[in-house]
Amino acid sequence: MNRSRQPWLGPVMLLPAILYVLALVGVPFVLAFFYAVGDVKVGSTGYHFVGLRNFQSVLESPTFRRALRNSFLFTIASQVLVLVGANVLALTLKDAFRGRRLFRFLILLPWVAPVSIGSIGWKWILDSLYSVINWVLVRLHLVKPLDVPMWLGQPTLAMISVILVHTWHVLPFSTVILLAGWTAIPRDIPEAAAVDGAGYFRTLFQVTLPMMLPIINVALLFGVIFTFTDMTVIYILTRGGPYDTTQVLPSLAFFTGILGSDLAEGAAISLFLVPLLSVAAWLMLRSAHRAEVT
Amino acid sequence: MALSRRGVRILSRTVRWAVLVGFSVALAFPFYWMLITTFKSSPDLYNLKHNPFLFAERPTLEHLRLLFGETLFLRWFANTTLAGVLVVLITLALALPAAYALARLTGRWGERLGIGIFLTYLIPPTLLFIPLSRVVASLGLQDTIWAIVVVYPSFTIPFSTWLLMGFFKSIPPELEDAAMVDGLTRFQAFARLVVPISTSGILTVVIFTFTLVTQEFVYALTFISSASHQTVGVGVPIYLVRGDVYYWGSLMAACLISSLPIGFLYNLFLDRFIAGFTFGSVK
Repeated sequence: MNRSRQPWLGPVMLLPAILYVLALVGVPFVLAFFYAVGDVKVGSTGYHFVGLRNFQSVLESPTFRRALRNSFLFTIASQVLVLVGANVLALTLKDAFRGRRLFRFLILLPWVAPVSIGSIGWKWILDSLYSVINWVLVRLHLVKPLDVPMWLGQPTLAMISVILVHTWHVLPFSTVILLAGWTAIPRDIPEAAAVDGAGYFRTLFQVTLPMMLPIINVALLFGVIFTFTDMTVIYILTRGGPYDTTQVLPSLAFFTGILGSDLAEGAAISLFLVPLLSVAAWLMLRSAHRAEVT
Repeated sequence: MALSRRGVRILSRTVRWAVLVGFSVALAFPFYWMLITTFKSSPDLYNLKHNPFLFAERPTLEHLRLLFGETLFLRWFANTTLAGVLVVLITLALALPAAYALARLTGRWGERLGIGIFLTYLIPPTLLFIPLSRVVASLGLQDTIWAIVVVYPSFTIPFSTWLLMGFFKSIPPELEDAAMVDGLTRFQAFARLVVPISTSGILTVVIFTFTLVTQEFVYALTFISSASHQTVGVGVPIYLVRGDVYYWGSLMAACLISSLPIGFLYNLFLDRFIAGFTFGSVK
């Protein structure tokens, strides 16, 4: 009844937020496409349509192809590690025990601390000269003092390092999401399975994990988005180096578009994020819709 | 196979503690390392013969003195706080009414719209920073803290609206109905009744927004080019390094100081953020 008396109130209360987000997300999103088919550079004011030339030159660049491959490697490798680690960790954290809050806090730190700050901490731990990891390895006689691993200086090791540091950053986030899922499963269901004679792993894989699937999907979707679109860990640890071997799409877009002043090509590179993001958004809509129905 | 019940219990408990301790050590180690480095004198830090886990020389406050006395750290702290407060205010001013409208006034399509707004949170800074750098420049905001004050709400509003919408839905609508029978308008009921009883939801949004402001890296790096206008998140990792020289002691001190407080705060509100992320599919 009241709704009909002030039908304009809802839209009026909603509009400012929508306009704000449209202006600063929607407009630049459209601009990104517009730039990518033009010749915009920092400092230049003109705009000429150049069709797909930027995409063509991007696709021909070996650095770009490497970055594209790295983006997928970076995302898939870290998310596999995160999923396994987070599930194991969530399982050990799900029941109440003394000290649980302290453990949860310690485990959460990598996620809540600013990621650029955590990464610089790792840069010190992986330092070429004073790395504490290398010190331990030398002490254990696993490596020779004059032949220590250059964690950030050698392409393969550098890629492994950025993947592990990113895993370190995202793992807590997935853990707490999965923890919410594990604690929501009614205790009597796995207990009933156990009474029926199913062992621990049988119960886990045939009863509880299937119940967990929707929440695992949510954790995975967020994890993929946060990883595929992030450049912070890589920017801090390696700047995409050595020789652009750890470059991913977002970092390459930054180096090309912002530091290299080639806005058009930078925009073209970042647009390669869109297909995967669209798929993720679609999957998320589906899972939100399912939650809405049930 | 022939393990007794008690054996199984002891085994499973041992495995759990081993997993927990292993993960905690691996995940918290960098922070422990920041702590050690903060108080270690430079000759001790940079001597390869010393055991890095122990103090071969007396602990020192020199790194902290350097950090607070001779770097822009406090300035960055002030910048971050100022930006944080302003972004929180903008976010609340826009997200509170929007969330209320979605929860109460827009019916079925409000829900869809809510999800749509939430999804914009998924469009990453690394897709928008190039065009935004031009938008910021054309507004004359480049290299000022105002650039991020204006841009950050574009990602804090969507998630905050989503969180608050869930919160408002949990308040019984009879509350406002009764107030409106007593002569208040719908908006008055919202402003005078619903907002005051929503303090815990609002607090969640405040903390969430504030942590996002301290954690953001890409936009601050892109829009702000002078060291003195930076935030902690970019200032510490980028501008505490002078030339090619890393002052690891004060650098790690800065890392420790800027991550622990936000960690404590976030931890307190964790469960509510998670409820937002899982679309309430876990109750």
